[in-house]
Parts: sequence; C-alpha cells; structure tokens
Amino acid sequence: MTQQTEPKLTSLAEGIADVEDLQDAGYQSDSLLKLTMRRIFRQRSAVIGGSILLFLILVAIFAPVIAPFDPNFVLIGHEDIKRRSDPCIHILGCDETQPQHILGTDGNVRDVFSRVVYGTRVSLMVGFTTVGFAIVIGTLLGALGGFLGGWIDNLIMRIMDVLLAFPSLLLAIAIVAVLGHGLQNALLAIAIVSIPIYARVVRASVLSVKEQEYVAASRALGGSKMHILFRRILPNAVPPLIVQGTLGIATAILDAAALSFLGLGAQPPTAEWGTMLGTERNQIFTAPHLVFFPGLAIMITVLAFNLLGDGLRDAIDPRLKN
Amino acid sequence: MTQYAIRRILYSIPVIFGILLVTFIMARSIPGDPCTAMLGEKATVEICERFNRDQGFDQPIAVQFGVYMKQIFSGDFGNSIRYSRPVTKILLERLPTTIELGLIALFLAVIVGIPAGIISAVRRNTPIDVGVMVLANTGVSMPVYWLGLVLAYVFALLLRDTPFWLPPSGRISAGVSAIPFYEVFQWEVIEGTAKYTFMEFFANMYVFNSIITRDWEVLNDVVKHIILPSVALSTIPLAIIARMTRSSMLEVLRQDYIRTARAKGLFERFVIMKHALRNALLPVITIIGLQVGTLFAGAVLTETIFGFAGVGRMLFEAITARDFPIVQGFTIVIAVGYVAVNLLVDLSYVFIDPRIRLD
Repeated sequence: MTQQTEPKLTSLAEGIADVEDLQDAGYQSDSLLKLTMRRIFRQRSAVIGGSILLFLILVAIFAPVIAPFDPNFVLIGHEDIKRRSDPCIHILGCDETQPQHILGTDGNVRDVFSRVVYGTRVSLMVGFTTVGFAIVIGTLLGALGGFLGGWIDNLIMRIMDVLLAFPSLLLAIAIVAVLGHGLQNALLAIAIVSIPIYARVVRASVLSVKEQEYVAASRALGGSKMHILFRRILPNAVPPLIVQGTLGIATAILDAAALSFLGLGAQPPTAEWGTMLGTERNQIFTAPHLVFFPGLAIMITVLAFNLLGDGLRDAIDPRLKN
Repeated sequence: MTQYAIRRILYSIPVIFGILLVTFIMARSIPGDPCTAMLGEKATVEICERFNRDQGFDQPIAVQFGVYMKQIFSGDFGNSIRYSRPVTKILLERLPTTIELGLIALFLAVIVGIPAGIISAVRRNTPIDVGVMVLANTGVSMPVYWLGLVLAYVFALLLRDTPFWLPPSGRISAGVSAIPFYEVFQWEVIEGTAKYTFMEFFANMYVFNSIITRDWEVLNDVVKHIILPSVALSTIPLAIIARMTRSSMLEVLRQDYIRTARAKGLFERFVIMKHALRNALLPVITIIGLQVGTLFAGAVLTETIFGFAGVGRMLFEAITARDFPIVQGFTIVIAVGYVAVNLLVDLSYVFIDPRIRLD
C-alpha cells in the first residue's frame, strides 16, 4: 500500500503538470470509465432503455431507407387509395390489389408509417437540443452561483425558484403563447423551463467539493479561478448531469409533443408525432390508427429515456435515488 | 413550530412576487404594442390612445408594474378580450370543474399508487414487483392526451352496447341538469352577492352537488362522465406515487427497528402497515404535493380532449384565440395555488413526523 501511494505524492510535489499529463493521457479516467460501463451494463433497465434508444437512433438515421415514401408525399393521383384508409399489410392477409400501407394513410393521403419513421428524427432532435441548451445555461448559472456565492448566488437561485414555482408544461405553454406558435419557440420554452433543474444539480455538486482539500491545493498552486472551476470542480457535476439529462430528455419529448398536440409546437405538415395526433384527434372513432401509432411512438421513445436514466442513476450515482 | 410556519410563509412571498413579475414581463413582451395585442381588430388609433391612457401604458414601466400589482391583489385580472367579461368571474366559473376533476384524479392516484408501491416493495423482485414497475414506467412515459383518446375509443366505441359504456365527452348528458344544492334546500341566495358566488362555486362541482342533494340519477350520470378524464389525468401521478412508495418503503424496510419489530414476533402485516408505512409515507406526501402541478398541466390536455369546461380547456382556448388577460390571470392563479399547496405540504410535516424539529 505504502509503495503505491508514494509515487503519487512525489509527482504532486514535483508539479501539477505531471498529474495533468497523467489525466490527459487517460490514466485515471480509463479505468473509471471501464468500471462505470460495467456497472451500467449490469442494470437491466439501462440495457433495455439503451437498446431501444439505439434502435430509435438507427431508425432516425436510416429514415429515408426505412420509410417507403417521403413523409409529406401526397399519394393522390399516384395510387388508387382513399383518405384515412386502414392499415394494409399484404402478408397479414390484406387484399393484394390494394396498395400496401402498413400503418394506413392519413387525412391528406400520406403514408402514416413513413411519417412515424421520420417523426423519430424530430423527437430525438427536440430531446437533445432542448436538454443540451438547458444543461449549458443551467451549468453556467449553477456553477457561477455555487462558486461565487453571495448575492449573485442568491439572485440566481431565487430566479430558479420562481421558474420552478410554475408547473413546467404550463409555463412552457404561457411562454409559447407570448413568443408565438412554432417548433422553435416550443423548444426554447421547454429549454427555459428545464434550466432550474440543471442549475440546482450543478450548484449542489459545486458546493459539495468547493471546500475540499484538492481544490485548496489547486488554489495554492496558483490555479486561476476558471481553471479551478472548470478542471477541478465541474467534472464532479458530470455524472449527476448525465442522469438528470437523460431523464430530462424524456420529459422534454413528452412536453414538446404535448405542445404540438395543442397546436402550439411543430406545425403541419411537419411529421411530428404530437402534431400528427393533434390534427387527427377527432378521427379517433373513425380512424383510430391515426391516433394510436404516433402516440405509441411517443410512449416508446419516452420510455427508452426513462429506463436508461433510471439505470444510469442506479449505476453512476445511487445517492440520487429519489 | 409557529416560528417555522411564519418563516416558511414569508419565504413564499418573494416567490409569489417573482411569479407576478414573470407574468408581467411576459404580458409586456407580446410582440407588437399591447393595444393591438389585446384588442385585435378593434384597435384603431383613437381607441388605442384611450386604451393606453386607461391602462396606464403611457406611464413608466415601474409605475405600470405597481398598478398591475395593485390590480392583482384586489383580485382584478382585467377583462377577457373574447368574452368582454372580468377574468376573475370566468375563473370562478371554471375552477370548480378542474378542482373536482383534479381531486378525483389525485384520489385515484393515491388509493391505487400507494398500495401498488407497498406490494411491490414487500414482494421485491417477484413477478408482481416487476409487473407493477413495468406498468409504472409505462405510466410515466405515456402522453396523457393519447391515453385519453384511447380510453374514449375503448369505452365509448368498442364497449358501446355493454354496461361498461362510458361517454367520451362533456360533464353531464343533455337533458340532465344538476340543480344547485342551495335551490334544492330552498336557501335564499341573491345573485351577484359574494355568498352567491361562494355557493355557486361548490354547486358547480357536480359530483359534490349531487351527493349532498342526494340526486342519485344525476350522480350516476356525472360520475360516468368524469371517470375517463380522471383516469387519464391520474396516470402519471399514480405511476410516480407508486414508484416513490416502493423505493421509500424499501429504504425503511432495511432499518434496524423493522428487524427488531420482526424479531419481537409481530405479524408481518403489522410490521409493514404500522411500523414501516408510517415512516415511508413522508417522501410520498412531498411527491403528492408536487403532483398538483402535473394535474393542472394535465388538465389542459385532458379537458381539451374530453370537452370538459374547466380551467385547462379555457386556458387552451384563450391561447389559441390570443386572449392574453385570461392566459395571464389563469397562469398566476395556478402558479400561486401550486406554491400554496406545497407550502401546506411542508407545514404538514410537523404533524406527520414528530422527529422533525423545525427551528
């Protein structure tokens, strides 16, 4: 044991550069990464969620290959098919004389399956961009507040409290009502309402390590404030951010779809699941497939992120449970 | 205790102030000038000048905020553009519907969610546990409006000629009317008075009204109408409550005093219900408080689908029609209500858990 610790001490004494070189070379993080990966793979929900997500990403990438039609291609004049026709799959006994549309056609005689496939792109994009944006802003605010303390911290956190005081979907709806309808504004609204969660997570991590000895050591060695914040303190916030971010994507997709369903988010003819559901919701009794499949797609996608997030939490940061 | 309560209440004041500030900023950031935004096609130059003067829009922004605060604290949220009626009046008409729907949904979520969570924790890693958790995970991932539509399809169409048929929309069937309880009891209430508004508020909760007037026929009709929306609305809170109960219960079951209770030879059922559950419920109560937000947001979607004339549907219609005074007033009331409920939840801890000494 003693033999193992000694070289580390010497390297510290010789200068911080050596430690950084080691870190840069992946000396520590490699084994940690491996360990974490092993723990993640042991979580059943993470594996199931991750697999579904991988499948969805592949569907999004290869959408043009998988979808038989362009999502906005109107079939009138090209095929002998009616509006809102039922799903027709030849191998399941559908009449061969009818054109095959495995999820039927919608009110504008477009292939529903192609639209659902392309919808994957929109929903994943929505999830990643909103949460990405919220994480960047939330991290900056949380880090500044936690690191600087004082009135800046107080001001930032009170603003976050106010944002959290609104039910999130409702605040997003109100923001869209002001900014105007459209996918871009809906994304911005959802991103804004999710900032406080990340700001809180980052602030908590910053506060928990700010007074640690290794931070003091870095300060004593003349590390600049920025260096200490970004290289010594913030890396601690990464694991909880990954967990929170994954769960946050699930909520973002669900909320964005709800806004689109209400006609406030993505506008027709965009192949977005919430919009598809919203425009055809009055057909629930006459053409239920138009409502059923986009909703199922939303559910599966959100479920994938929720499962992955839960699994990651249990693997990376069990303290976050609850 | 009193000190804690006072401090906790004082702490909510800046939050409520913040809510008002945010809604004020939002109201002032509507693209275009407020006059055209508020009056729409009716806005001519002369009308706008008068409107700006009346509303104080020609004053400095700080003065405007002061006026706005004064109006809100006197319960004046302005007039709806579309209906040309006070927002407060519309709100009072619509709120009972949403409160009743929300309470029933919350009730369903609690009476199903907590037992499901307990069973899941006690039978950890058995097929029952896995089943409950799969359902709970699916529940939190489900779009409420989609579930609502699917339920309407199943119960209103597929089960059409069975006793399980349920109406797909509305609060009450055509031809059935819920006579307000004050009329049934022949209380003299003069229209327009505060007492009337108060009575009307409760009479508008049809389930409550038909129970106290013992009008079973109406009750049957009203309950049939409220089942589907409340089931749809309760799904997410139910799933969250079940998950929370399970993990909180598992945490408690590991404690030493549970082992002691078992070692004493107490019946397992007694240990679970009496010793474990009490302590496990604390975080569950916090979560239940937070669900009020989910319920309000869910009400916008559920009420829109099921044609329920509540706050949620009104809010949706107001947004579509750009009736901003309604959006603003409703948002404020919902957010303040949400803060108030969570304040009550925090205060209730003192009674629920004597271990907490708050000073």
